[in-house]
Amino acid sequence: MEPVYVALLLMWLMLFTYAILGSIDFGTGFWAMYYQRRQNDEAAKIANNYLSPGWKVTNVFFVLLVVSFVGFFPGAAPTLGTLMIVPFCLALLLLTIRSAFLVFAYSTAKYKEMLTLVSGMSGLFIPAILVSILPAAIGGFIEYAAGQQYILLNELFISPTFYTHIGFGLCTELFIAALFLSDYAREGGHMETYRVYRKNAVFLGPITLAFAVAVIFTLIPEAPWMFENFLDVWWIYTISLLAFAIGYSALWWPSSRNGKGQPRASFLLIVLQFGIASIAYGSALMPYFLYPDLTVHDAFTNEAMYQSLLIGYIIGMAILVPVFIGYWRLFLKDKRYLTSAEK
Amino acid sequence: MDNVMLSRMLFGSSMAFHIIFATLTVGMALMIFFAEIMRTVKKDDDYAILAKRWTKGLAILLGVAIPTGTIVAVMLSLLWPGFMEVVGQVIALPFQIEIFAFFLESLFLAIYVYAASRISPPMRIVSTFFVAFGAVASAVLITSAHAWMNTPQGFDIVNGDIVNVDPLAAALTPSFFATSFHVVSSAYMAGTFVLLAIAAYKLMNPHLSQREKQYHQKSFGLTLVFAFVMSVWTAFTGHDTTVMLYEEIPVKLAAAEGLFETQSEASLTIFGTPNPEANEVIGGIEIPKMLSWLADYDTDTVIQGLNDFPEEEWPPLFVHTLFNVMVAIGFFLLGVSGLGLLFFYLWRKRSRPMPRWLLGLCVAGGPLAMVGIETGWIFSCTGRQPWTIFGVQTTAEAATDSGNLGMIFFFFVVLYLVLLVITGFVMYYYFKRNPLAQDISAFESV
Ligand code: HDD
Ligand code: HEM
Ligand code: HEM
Repeated sequence: MEPVYVALLLMWLMLFTYAILGSIDFGTGFWAMYYQRRQNDEAAKIANNYLSPGWKVTNVFFVLLVVSFVGFFPGAAPTLGTLMIVPFCLALLLLTIRSAFLVFAYSTAKYKEMLTLVSGMSGLFIPAILVSILPAAIGGFIEYAAGQQYILLNELFISPTFYTHIGFGLCTELFIAALFLSDYAREGGHMETYRVYRKNAVFLGPITLAFAVAVIFTLIPEAPWMFENFLDVWWIYTISLLAFAIGYSALWWPSSRNGKGQPRASFLLIVLQFGIASIAYGSALMPYFLYPDLTVHDAFTNEAMYQSLLIGYIIGMAILVPVFIGYWRLFLKDKRYLTSAEK
Repeated sequence: MDNVMLSRMLFGSSMAFHIIFATLTVGMALMIFFAEIMRTVKKDDDYAILAKRWTKGLAILLGVAIPTGTIVAVMLSLLWPGFMEVVGQVIALPFQIEIFAFFLESLFLAIYVYAASRISPPMRIVSTFFVAFGAVASAVLITSAHAWMNTPQGFDIVNGDIVNVDPLAAALTPSFFATSFHVVSSAYMAGTFVLLAIAAYKLMNPHLSQREKQYHQKSFGLTLVFAFVMSVWTAFTGHDTTVMLYEEIPVKLAAAEGLFETQSEASLTIFGTPNPEANEVIGGIEIPKMLSWLADYDTDTVIQGLNDFPEEEWPPLFVHTLFNVMVAIGFFLLGVSGLGLLFFYLWRKRSRPMPRWLLGLCVAGGPLAMVGIETGWIFSCTGRQPWTIFGVQTTAEAATDSGNLGMIFFFFVVLYLVLLVITGFVMYYYFKRNPLAQDISAFESV
């Protein structure tokens, strides 16, 4: 495979991983806050059980994404950075408030409620902001003036695609997190909480799908070229829809243990659906990072850096994979940890 | 104000804020590792309590260190697009490996904190080891990038294009070893001095119970030993770094020392104000021939002065003060910890408490060490001006030209101030709510 495509594949893998982990992380933060306020202690506790050891690791995936992007595509990072400085800074501000207040909330019982409110709400909007960067990159909203590029904020703010992207970011995050938490609760044997989160997932699934479709259709007037590319990969979207349908139906599959629904199967299939759909979306964007003049080939790094980064990933992953497995066993499998929410 | 200035202010204040928390976590992670070892070797629960309370503090600090680190990492691309374009092509490797260090630190910290009761004691030590290792590795790796900015190599520029890239040569520049040893030793020094200051502050309280006093004395002893060791080490690594400047970046050394005329038998001038009209430092304390001797152990060594370089390539002259403050703090703290050890040794037979004035000096040592870190870094980054990549790219070329920076700067500074206050408050509140006596009785009842 051509190096630039190897790099793109890796970037996609990281983006996809972070999209899922980040959705779970921020969504879980929101649910933890929501159920704390509704005084459903178990549901809040289970969300926190996942969140407290997990948020740091998720954050590293975000840094990984940014750093890898600059390393593989140094030609693109500055242009995107300059253009997107305001949304990125907004996301950074929220991210900092969110993480810091999350930790603060764990340390001060008395002010916990207020601190959790701040952290849950600020986390909620981070994925939406990050996703809203997409329509700006896809085109129609960037203008050249005096040798410099600008985002046409006014036009962006009145375009429907901006809002469908934001809506999509919001409900994806809540949907994936609810799905994940339903499985996590079931794994720990908290059937009451399992049903609570399952109900959320059942409710959010169709809304998420509706927003996903709306994202594509509102893009038509802004980026017709991209829509043409979508048509070329219609079959990928069909598979992804199929995966969604099966995954969503798994919430009703019979199970001897849970009564109704198989959250593990559902979660995995929906994640698969997101993976497939993001491949379709990403390949329709190719070969541009920023339509129409920043292509992946222009932005790609040199051969020597490419090779050393690749070797770095291989060695780094070889060291980290066993640690990740140990981590997974301790926090996502170990019954002693999972059942501790009862206390 | 222009964009370059605003970018510098925004980035500099973000770094200065991140570094408070990041440096502390590096030093505290090491001390937690040692406390875990002491607990296992000495079978003494007090060290378990120490490790537990330090870990809680570490977790709170990381709650700020991690997101602010994320801020500076992303801001590099936002504020210094010209710089990042070169970084991506030449020195992306340390940034990438650093991520793996972050993973190690975060994963093992989670295991240590949230799975402590489910892992074996040796595994606890292993976890704290990897937390400390991940923290120090991230400091070394980021220093690799920083050292490369000072002494760039591993690439050529032909017709404005970057060619012949050698990622390893870029990561291991001539200043890398001296600088990273100094960064590591000074981070350890700062971390241990802050913990020492806390123990000393507690010991100054006359109303401590006997049991609490015992505990704080152990904490004091453990941190004092390391504070001294790290101070000695930092003085040596600081000296090596100065020698590195003499060899690699003479203009920075000249600015640090306020030396205008190139000369042999150059004297060392401490404090005072460098004055370009007078061609010398006004009002400093002069030690004849010392600078030449320090650079090369030979008073005849010729040291280049600022006048050898075009004036537009001079760093701002106030870096002289920053440098002196750092060095003065280094020697002062070396003295304090040395004296502390001396008293510890002399009075080991008699159970006399440390003299109050000494405890007071130790309390002052914590904040002073942090001032040393801040002045050191600001000296290093500002002393590189007007270059971002020394001799290759100026700061003006590196900076972004996007708008809105003033507003962004305002929001971030407010955020930092708020976080600083709340972090302090949360620390205070947590440890007040969970007093030592409670931890002690919890451990004794098991
Ligand atoms: C507790 C903090 C601390 C203390 C006591 C010292 N330093 Fe330091 N110094 C640092 C903390 C630091 C630092 C924050 O780690 C720096 C900033 C950038 C760097 O590379 O390390 C630094 C940089 C730095 C540099 C500049 C490197 C560069 O610009 O590339 C020199 C020449 C010295 N130091 C020399 C000394 C000497 C001779 C000391 C005498 C004992 C000393 N430092 C004590
Ligand atoms: C010498 C100065 C620095 C030291 C000692 C230092 C050290 C640290 C430490 C110990 C952490 C916490 C790691 C963790 O638990 O994950 C951290 C976080 C971080 N630092 Fe710094 N850092 C320094 C400068 C920088 C700079 C210049 C950058 C940006 C280029 C940076 C980027 C980051 C990032 C992205 C994180 C968050 C990582 C995460 O998500 O866990 N740091 N730093
Ligand atoms: C950790 C403590 C650090 C502090 C307190 C610090 C402080 C500063 C300050 C004050 C500036 C503005 C300089 C000026 O305009 O006078 C600056 C610039 C800069 N620093 Fe540092 N710095 C630190 C570490 C680092 C590290 C580790 C790196 C490299 C990875 C780095 C990279 C930069 C860059 C790229 C700039 C902007 C370009 C320039 O002004 O030359 N800094 N920093």
